[in-house]
Amino acid sequence: MQVFYFLIETIIKCVVVFACLMLSVAYLTWLERKVLGHIQIRFGPNRCGPFGLLQPFSDGIKAFFKEDLIPGSADKPVFVLAPMIAIISAISMFAVIPFGNQFTLPGTDYVVKLRIADIDIGLLYVFGIASLGEFGIVLGGWASGNKYGLTGSLRAAAQMISYEVALGLSIVGVILLSQSLRLTEIVALQAGGFWHWNIIYQPAAFVFFIVCALAEINRTPFDMPEAESELACGFNIEYSSMKFALFFMAEYAHMITVASIAVTLFLGGWQAPLPFLEFIPGVFWFGAKVFILIFFFIWQRGTFPRLRYDQIMKFGWKVLFELTLINILITAFVMLLKG
Amino acid sequence: MAETRLMTINMGPQHPATHGVLRLVLELDGEIIVKATPHIGHLHRGVEKLAEARTYHQIIPLTDRLDYTNAMGNNLAYVLAVEKLLGIEVPKRAQYLRVMMAELQRLAAHLIWLGTHALDIGAMTLLFYNFREREEILRIFEEVAGGRLTPTYLRIGGVAKDLPEGIEGKIRSFVNAFPDHMKEYETLLTKNVIWLKRTKGVGIISKEDAINWGVTGPTLRGSGVKWDVRKAFPYSSYDEFEFDIPTGSTGDVYDRYYVRLREMEWSNSIVRQALDRLPKGPIMADDPKVALPPKEMVLTDIASLIRHFKIVSEGITPPRGEVYASVEASKGELGFYIVSDGSNRPLRMRIRPPSFLNLSALPKMIEGGLIADVISAIGSIDIVLGEIDR
Repeated sequence: MQVFYFLIETIIKCVVVFACLMLSVAYLTWLERKVLGHIQIRFGPNRCGPFGLLQPFSDGIKAFFKEDLIPGSADKPVFVLAPMIAIISAISMFAVIPFGNQFTLPGTDYVVKLRIADIDIGLLYVFGIASLGEFGIVLGGWASGNKYGLTGSLRAAAQMISYEVALGLSIVGVILLSQSLRLTEIVALQAGGFWHWNIIYQPAAFVFFIVCALAEINRTPFDMPEAESELACGFNIEYSSMKFALFFMAEYAHMITVASIAVTLFLGGWQAPLPFLEFIPGVFWFGAKVFILIFFFIWQRGTFPRLRYDQIMKFGWKVLFELTLINILITAFVMLLKG
Repeated sequence: MAETRLMTINMGPQHPATHGVLRLVLELDGEIIVKATPHIGHLHRGVEKLAEARTYHQIIPLTDRLDYTNAMGNNLAYVLAVEKLLGIEVPKRAQYLRVMMAELQRLAAHLIWLGTHALDIGAMTLLFYNFREREEILRIFEEVAGGRLTPTYLRIGGVAKDLPEGIEGKIRSFVNAFPDHMKEYETLLTKNVIWLKRTKGVGIISKEDAINWGVTGPTLRGSGVKWDVRKAFPYSSYDEFEFDIPTGSTGDVYDRYYVRLREMEWSNSIVRQALDRLPKGPIMADDPKVALPPKEMVLTDIASLIRHFKIVSEGITPPRGEVYASVEASKGELGFYIVSDGSNRPLRMRIRPPSFLNLSALPKMIEGGLIADVISAIGSIDIVLGEIDR
């Protein structure tokens, strides 16, 4: 019976999380256009529904009914597979992220924990899946049979290799502090007010993580694989209809996931910033923190120019890599001294 | 050993960053440019040939459409050439109005350049700020001339009409507000680390190369050559205005960017000077063979009616001869070479477009660079294909 309840619970959580994530992705596109619009002294979408709120649905319907073109020179199976890889990896990363505390179902003694899975190697899982997502971009660009697409995917591959390393290293400090790869434990250790958050102990690591995360999700100033003014959209140049929409959704889902991981690791996850605010449910705090990070991602897109491909490589290997290593060394040293 | 081959990539004519319909055939070794060949002609409209079948006044609207971001400057270059052929003197007020409009147009053209250049490099916000200011300039043009993009404001012997009432206040408020807008642009770019990384030491063309390729305008000045037609061969009373020629030193993308920004400040200052010292008087040369008679004379006097009819239907007939006149347009030296056989149509009109010569130096700038450098170099030479293909 216990197993049965567990199954039901997991399925319900999966459905709810999936629905929420997809809805957030839809409204993230709206938010980005709206925020960018206001940064750029224009309105953003405002025709479709009040404040343009129905715009994501209208875009979705449009993408669905567009002609689905596969170029003759494309490698068809890979071409079809690539957007699937991208979206699946972006979504499934969310499986281990704790987005709230546990609560008891009213009227029973059944405890519901607000996360889909709580696995021992949560962080490793996240990074493994994240690397897999890059395959979507690399394969997509390569299979298009288009030189711009190929260049885009080459850039994506190079960028993945250089930034995944620094990204992985930037969180080692947090792992050392919490002595666990289990995300729920990392969050639990940050309880009791914002002065317990990891960002206080690892401020440099947080900055490194955010920089690498921007490269990981291919946003300005690191949007190399796409670089619309250079490669005319890069890896997704030949994609149309729902396949393009999948890439698009994957990018935004990835953005949410990366922001969630940053919140979990550095900003106390679902914990309230001050102890007396704990009566507000953790889900709210989690959402608020993710929103702030995402707003930052959008904001910097409206501000910065794009770096050049070789400069990004240089920055990744010659600056970030060293800095993250130094950060680990210092963290380890301090922990050794403290016992 | 596997065979390695260069990848040929066709950048344009449909590409978001080739500024219109430029087609660049790039031979790439990875992302490094081995060879770049610009192909032109996708926007050819035969302006030079069309001019041979039109009277001298009918050619002015054609010149608007050469470099469509710099219509007033193109008008000016053309009318200066015809006036030189006719040997007529333009009244001071008309000269000042021409200077004012040409400098406002230069500001508008440089604003488009700045916005699109920044957009190419990935900073998209600036474009909208630039277009906000450009819109104000175009509104001024609309009130002054009736047209926005193609105002056709200048006439042989003067300008089409005097300033409408109240426009001087609008121009002045624009001129006063502009330095603050400049600060806004510079905050976003000039000291931005990413911007510096993308523009410093990229797309370099040396002083000697720039001169040998016939490069003019801000692109030449970026390489450190202090050359400006407005100073070298002052036309339209430019010698009465105070301004400096900003120059760069290394001739990279950043220098060209910096030179243009300083130029915008000087243009703004010239507009202000012209507005302050705008003389009173006629706006058309007092030459019955060129200027149309006043409207009430046409309605009351038969001789004026005939003269009006002759100038409108037949046009003006300059003497036989050849003439070249050039101005400093926003992209560089824009020249008109006109051969007249004494009839009412030019026998041949040849345009020296600055963008064409600047573009020919592009391969020199980008070979050995990366794809991303091509984009910043194209942006920095500020080409307009309407002028290149004519």
